[in-house]
Amino acid sequence: MNDFLQTVDWSRAQFALTAAYHWFFVPLTLGLGVMCAIMETLYVRTGSDFWKRTVRFWMRLFGINFAVGVATGLILEFEFGTNWSNYSHFVGDIFGAPLAVEGIMAFFLESTFVAVMFFGWDKVSKRFHLAATWLTAIGANLSALWILVANAWMQHPVGCTFNVHTMRNEMTSFSEVLFSPAAMTKFFHTVTSAFVLAAVFVAGVSAWYLLRSRERRMARSSMTIAAVFGLVSSVAAAFTGDLSGGVMARTQPMKLAAVEALYDGSEGAPLVVAGIFKPESERDGGEAFRFKIEIPKMLSVMSFHDADAYVAGINDLLHGNPGRDMLSVEQKMERGRVVIEQLARLREAKKCYDADTVSQVEALFDPSTPEGAEFLREYFAYFGYGYLRAPEQAVPPVPLLFWSFRVMVGAGCLFLLLFALLCWQAYRNRLYVRNSRWLFHACIWSIPLAYISSQAGWIVAEVGRQPWVIQDLMPVDAAISQLPSASVKTTFFIFLLLFTALFIAEIRIMLRQIAIGPESPGELRRNTKAAKKQKR
Amino acid sequence: MTSTDNILWRIVRFYADGFRSMTVGRTLWAIILIKLVIMFAVLKLFFRDPYAGRSDEERADAVIESLSAPASPDNLTETGI
Repeated sequence: MNDFLQTVDWSRAQFALTAAYHWFFVPLTLGLGVMCAIMETLYVRTGSDFWKRTVRFWMRLFGINFAVGVATGLILEFEFGTNWSNYSHFVGDIFGAPLAVEGIMAFFLESTFVAVMFFGWDKVSKRFHLAATWLTAIGANLSALWILVANAWMQHPVGCTFNVHTMRNEMTSFSEVLFSPAAMTKFFHTVTSAFVLAAVFVAGVSAWYLLRSRERRMARSSMTIAAVFGLVSSVAAAFTGDLSGGVMARTQPMKLAAVEALYDGSEGAPLVVAGIFKPESERDGGEAFRFKIEIPKMLSVMSFHDADAYVAGINDLLHGNPGRDMLSVEQKMERGRVVIEQLARLREAKKCYDADTVSQVEALFDPSTPEGAEFLREYFAYFGYGYLRAPEQAVPPVPLLFWSFRVMVGAGCLFLLLFALLCWQAYRNRLYVRNSRWLFHACIWSIPLAYISSQAGWIVAEVGRQPWVIQDLMPVDAAISQLPSASVKTTFFIFLLLFTALFIAEIRIMLRQIAIGPESPGELRRNTKAAKKQKR
Repeated sequence: MTSTDNILWRIVRFYADGFRSMTVGRTLWAIILIKLVIMFAVLKLFFRDPYAGRSDEERADAVIESLSAPASPDNLTETGI
């Protein structure tokens, strides 16, 4: 493999590694922040020291996760500039705007009030402290909004026009970028699933205390809050996931076909619940499964809310389907190459100071003229295909996506059931070891499952987008910086060591703090007294 | 002392007291600092922005150069994904 290909693959591995580790920390921050705010609201309303101890305990765990995870996301932003410089220039104006808003508004909101949240107990009024806790939680979720808006634009580029003079996509409508269906469904689905993970975490830790007959009142109350919060979030995650599927069917049909391992499209397409894949050698381009369990028409219902709707398969998208007005990848590649040829013409004309050719090419990319608008719609829309060598490269890895999606959805269904059972037991006042031992064990084992399903969700979103860094416009290998592969390889392993060390540190500190448990009533009184003394 | 000084002083004291009374927090701050040093050292040593120090026009020229003749030997990659 030559150095360029190694650079591409190692850069992708490095970005995937950074994103995966970053995503270990983020969902708990998003969800636990809101749960702390709910518990503190109960403290302010009741004035009970019990709720104060409870919220201070969960806030400590929130703080550990926040501190260990903070800045891992920054590395991703640097990697855009260092490893993916063509991409960064090509999309800079659009991608930069949401990230800048995130930095200015959400991150400052979050980082300003997090100090009040941790240092402000008994030094500021109860209500001001509560406001700081809510603003920290809202700030964290707003951060997620802007990051996910940027990510959603990569999945479905809208609200922009390409400026051939600057070689950049420029934003034409901020609201179109912000409120695109891809951005909205991605934000609400990601955030609600993060809430589910946090609820599983709180329920699991509370179950551990209950099984050891420790902190029983705190654990039962926390578990009840987690059950209700988790149940509402699970229902919301299922609803937003359904909406995401509809958006995917319209904007990224190849991703949907790969997720469902659907090779031949059909009306009233069935949903495969589980199956055994045929080996590649036994497949002749059609049926992917040796054995499968399917629900008739379900995929059509989930994709288009119509039991008889046509869902395109991989073969339709790969080889084209004239009856359905679908171009083949080969045709799209030809159109993409026309754009690359025009860019090469422009490059040569600029070098030779050939003003006529420069203006001819620039006119082709001018959206304000009918010719320009047509060229952008019919050719530039397939720009990225021009970099593919074989049509098959447009198909993402099918088995990985198929199983990741099923892990995510399967775990989501289990959590829905778990929270429903917890709510039922809480309603009947049966959250005791003698009544719910197996349920408490299930809560503890659900913690790693929640993290696995959360990662599986990202695999569906990001691996499903392959080979594109920007859907249809730029494949990963056109986005890359000219770096020596040895540098990328070395830093991959340094980051692997660093992030693994951070991950182990987080788990160890968390487990130690969980083992220590909340402050005793006496410790709380002493700490409150000390804080009031400092205030004076 | 003016009221503004007073507020500033109170903010400084708020943070100073907060950091002083941290227990788990000290370990966390150590982790944060070590992490940032390693991350930035790695980025500084191994990476640089290929377009750093160039004007917008020079960047555009470099990108058009790269996108109209991608870096792989025969313009295209073997793996694709």
